[in-house]
Amino acid sequence: MAEAIMNYDEAISKFDPVLGLEVHVELGTNTKMFCGCSTVFGAPPNTQVCPVCLGLPGALPALNKIGVESAIRIGLALNCEIAEWCRFARKNYFYPDMPKNFQTSQYDEPIAFEGYLDVEIDTDEGRKTFRVPIERAHMEEDTGKNSHVGGATGRIHGADYSLVDYNRAGIPLIEIVTKPITGTGKYAPEVAKAYVAALRDILRGLGVSDVKMEQGSLRCDVNLSLRETPESKLGTRSETKNVNSLRSVERAVRYEVTRHAARLAGGESIVQETRHWHEDTGISTSGRAKSDAEDYRYFPEPDLLPIAPSREWVEELRAALPENPAVRRARLVADWGLSEIDMNTVVNSGALDLIVEAVDAGVDPAAARKWWTGELSRIANDRGIELEELPVTPAHLKRLEELISTGSLNDKLARQALEGVIAGEGDIDAIVAARGLAVVSDDGPLLAAIDEALAADPAVAETIKSGKLAAAGSVVGAVMKATRGQADAARVRELLFEKLGVSE
Amino acid sequence: MSELFRKDASVLAGLVSSGEVSAVEVAQAHLDRIAAVDGEVHAFLHVDTEGALASAAAVDAKVKAGEKLSVLAGVPLGLKDILATNGLPTTCGSRILDGWIPPYDATVVTKLREAGVVILGKTNMDEFAMGSSTEHSAFGPTHNPWDMERIPGGSGGGSSACVASFEAPLAIGTDTGGSIRQPAAVTGSVGVKPTYGGVSRYGIVALASSLDQAGPCARNVLDTALLHSVIAGHDPMDATSIKAPVPDVIAAAKRADIKGMKVGIVKELGGEGYQAGVRSRFEESVALIESLGAEVVEVSCPSFPAALAAYYLILPSEASSNLAKFDGIRFGNRVGDDGTKSVEQVMSETRAAGFGSEVIRRIILGTYALSAGYYDAYYGQAQKVRTLIKQDFDAAFAKVDVLISPTAPTTAFKIGEKLDDPLAMYLNDVATIPVNMAGLPGMSLPIGLAPEDNLPVGLQIIAPAMADDRLYNVGAAIERELLAKWGGSILGMAPELAGA
Repeated sequence: MAEAIMNYDEAISKFDPVLGLEVHVELGTNTKMFCGCSTVFGAPPNTQVCPVCLGLPGALPALNKIGVESAIRIGLALNCEIAEWCRFARKNYFYPDMPKNFQTSQYDEPIAFEGYLDVEIDTDEGRKTFRVPIERAHMEEDTGKNSHVGGATGRIHGADYSLVDYNRAGIPLIEIVTKPITGTGKYAPEVAKAYVAALRDILRGLGVSDVKMEQGSLRCDVNLSLRETPESKLGTRSETKNVNSLRSVERAVRYEVTRHAARLAGGESIVQETRHWHEDTGISTSGRAKSDAEDYRYFPEPDLLPIAPSREWVEELRAALPENPAVRRARLVADWGLSEIDMNTVVNSGALDLIVEAVDAGVDPAAARKWWTGELSRIANDRGIELEELPVTPAHLKRLEELISTGSLNDKLARQALEGVIAGEGDIDAIVAARGLAVVSDDGPLLAAIDEALAADPAVAETIKSGKLAAAGSVVGAVMKATRGQADAARVRELLFEKLGVSE
Repeated sequence: MSELFRKDASVLAGLVSSGEVSAVEVAQAHLDRIAAVDGEVHAFLHVDTEGALASAAAVDAKVKAGEKLSVLAGVPLGLKDILATNGLPTTCGSRILDGWIPPYDATVVTKLREAGVVILGKTNMDEFAMGSSTEHSAFGPTHNPWDMERIPGGSGGGSSACVASFEAPLAIGTDTGGSIRQPAAVTGSVGVKPTYGGVSRYGIVALASSLDQAGPCARNVLDTALLHSVIAGHDPMDATSIKAPVPDVIAAAKRADIKGMKVGIVKELGGEGYQAGVRSRFEESVALIESLGAEVVEVSCPSFPAALAAYYLILPSEASSNLAKFDGIRFGNRVGDDGTKSVEQVMSETRAAGFGSEVIRRIILGTYALSAGYYDAYYGQAQKVRTLIKQDFDAAFAKVDVLISPTAPTTAFKIGEKLDDPLAMYLNDVATIPVNMAGLPGMSLPIGLAPEDNLPVGLQIIAPAMADDRLYNVGAAIERELLAKWGGSILGMAPELAGA
C-alpha cells in the first residue's frame, strides 16, 4: 500500500535532508572469508559449502589473508586510518540464512575508520564537490540467501515454504558506512548516487570486487532523515534496503524525502524501521521495526586471533594503490582533448572505464566515446540494463572502426553489426558475413537504383535541375531503401548529380 | 593371552608392533570387556565394533608389511562424544544432536586414525560438556568404577570411567574448566589438559572457545604422554592453534627427575572446603616431592578466589553464542515443524525440547551477561579478572617451575547428591578453573585413597604455557614412587566389576 508523499520541491523547501549510506561489497577473493570454498556466482544451490561455512558443530574459521588485504586497500583508497590492532566480533541473532546464528563481523574495532570520499555532481551553479565523510569500513561474512516459495510477495510472510542457499554464506564482505551526510540540500539524491558510483569506480579500480549491483556484489542501504533546519537535531531515520542500482539509490532517497515530509507535515512521527525498496513501483514499504532495543550481544570472536597489520605492510599497500579515479579523470580530459562538459557526459553515462578499455585496445578515443555514450547507451537504456552488461568488447569496437575507416561499413551498417554482437551472433566479421552487411561499392547497382527512383517520381529530376538540390534527399533515401542501407549515401548523391548534370 | 584389556597402552603397542598379538585381538578383548561391564558403568554412548575391528585389521596389515608404526598403533581408545567423527554419531550428550552423523572428522580424530589408534566408540559426557558429574548427559549417567553409586566426574566422565574400568587403555577428553582433570582425580586415572592451542580444536563441538582444550586420559603418565604426542601440534584449521614444536612429553615422562626443581603450593587452592582425606593425601605428596630433591614453597595467587565467578560469566557468554547454531535448520533434531509454524517457532521448540536444564541455564546466563547495558559489568569485568589470574600465574612462575594443588576439593560424590544445587556442583572445579582461564597446561595424577571413604584423590600439577613436558616429568617422578609403595597401579585397589 503506497503511503502519502509530498511533492519533492515542496518537501525540500520545508525540510533539510540528512543521508547515511551503508554499502556492502562482496570481495572477489577466490575463496570465502573463513574457509576454502569457492565464491563463484551462480553455482547450483548448496554446492559451494563445507563444515565451516555451513556452521556445522565443531567447525572453526580460518582467516582469508587476501580478504584482510582487500579491506586495508579499500580503507586506504577511502582516505581512512588503518587500525594497528583490531578484532572480529560475533553479531548474534537467529535467522535461517545465518549458519551459526551469529555473523562473524567487526564491531567497535573496525579495520579502517575516519575517511572521506569527494564526489562531484552538477548543480544549478555548475559542477560542485561534496565531501562524504566515512565512519568506517569493516570486514564481515555474507549470509546465505533465502528464497520464499509461494505467496504473493516473494517475502517470508505468506510463503508456503522457504529454501536456503548457503553458497553465499561466508563470502567476504566489506561494509562501508558513512557518517551522517549533511549540507546536500535538494541534491541529496544526486549526492547519494554520485557517492555509490564513485565508490564503485574506486572498488573496480582496486580490483577487489566485480561490483555488480544486479548480482548483489555491491548492495546499498539508504538511511534518510529530515529535520526542519540544518541547525535542528537529527530526525528519526528510516533504513531502506534492497537498493540495487545507481538509479534506485537516487530514486530511493527522493522517495524517502517525499514520504518523510508528508508524514512530518501531517503531524505524524517517523518510525525507525527497515524498509524494502521496490524497483518496479519506485516506492519503499515497511519491513521490520528496528527499535534501539535490538541487541546483537556483540563480543570479541574467540575463534580468531586479533589482526595487527604491520605499518610496513600498510605502507606497501598504500604505495601500490591504483590511480584515484578523480585524478585519472583529470588526466584523461587532457589526453583525450575533451571539454569538462564532454567528460561529464562520459562519466554520467557510466561509460568511462569501458571507453578507457577500448582506447587501451587501440580504438580512437573519439570513436570509443561515440559508441559508448551514443548507440550503446541507448540500447542499454532501452533494455534497462547497465552498460557493463552489454557483451560488447574493446575488440568488437576495434574491428568495427577498422571496417568503417576502410569504407567497408558505414555508420548505419556498423550499428547493425553491433546489434548482432548484442544478439550473440558472434564476432564482427562473422556478423558482417552472415547478415550481408557491406557498403555497395559498385556504381552499377546504384545507377540502376537511381534510375528506378527517378522513374517512380518523374517530377523530381526537373526540380533538382532547377536548382532545388535539397530534393535530392528523397532520391538518395529511395536508393538507400532499395539497397537496404548498404549504399554509401555520399556516392549516391554524387552519381545522381552527375547523371542530371548538376553541380553542387 | 589372558586379560589383554588390563595392559597399559605402551605395552599393547609393543605387543602389536612385534607381532606377538594382533591389533584385532587387542580390539576384540576390549570390545568384550565393554560388553561385559559397560551395562553397569555406561561409559560409552556408542560402540563402533565394526569400525574398531576394521582399523585394527589395517594396523595388522601394516605390521605384516613391515611398515613403520606410530607409538600407539593398534591401541584402543574411547573418544569423548564431543569430537566430530565422520560416519559415527556425535551427540555431545544431547538430545538435540541425537542421530546426527557428522560428515567430517575432527583434526584430533584424523591424527588418531593416521596413527593407527583404534577408536572403540564415543564416551558419555555432561550435555555439551556442562557439568562435573556426567549426570547431565541426556542419555543417563556414567557410574564410577570405584563405586557404582558415585559419579565418575565430569564433563568427561565417560572417558575417565572407560579408562578406570579397563574398557580402554586410553581416552580423549576435553577440558574447559576441569573436565579432564577432575574426572581423572575421582576415578584414579591420569588426565592432562594441554596448553591452550597445543591441540587443535577443529571438529570439537565448542563449549567456550577461549577455554576449551582436548587432551589425553590414561592409567599412567607414560601412556598419557604417548597419546599427548599423537594428538598435539599446529593445525591451520584452528586459528588459535600454536605454531611451535610440541614439547617432548614422552622424553619428559621417561626422565622422571625433579631433583633441584622448585615446586609451588598455591595457598588459595586448599585448606577450607577441601575434604580431610584430600588434604592429607596432598600433604603426603608434598613430603614425597621434597624427598625426591625438589624444593617446595608456598605461593599466593590472590585473584584466584574470583576465578569461579568470572568463569561462570565467560563460559556461559561464549556458550550462548556457540550453541546458537543448534536450531534444527541444518542438522540434528527438528521439533514442531508441522507446516503451520514460523521458522522462529520451530527453532524455539527445537531448542526447548533438545536442550537439558543445565544447558538452558547457562544459555540464559550467557545471553543475559552479553546483553547491551550489562556487557561491561559482566563479560567485561570477567575478562579483567582473567587478566589478573594470568598475572598471578606469571608472578608465581617467576619463582617456581611448577605449581601443585589438589585437583578437586572432594572425592567422588554420590549420584544425585548435587544435582539440584548447581553452585555446589560448580565448586568441584574451583581448583582447575584458574588453569583454563590462563590457558596453561595441567595434569591430574592419582596420589592415593582418602582414608575416610577409600576413594581416589588427585594431585594437580600446573606448568607455564608450552611447558607441558614439565607436567610429565614431575608426574612420572611422583608416580614411580607411589607405584613402588602400592605395588602397582592404584586401580588394582578398586573393586572388581560385577560383570567381569
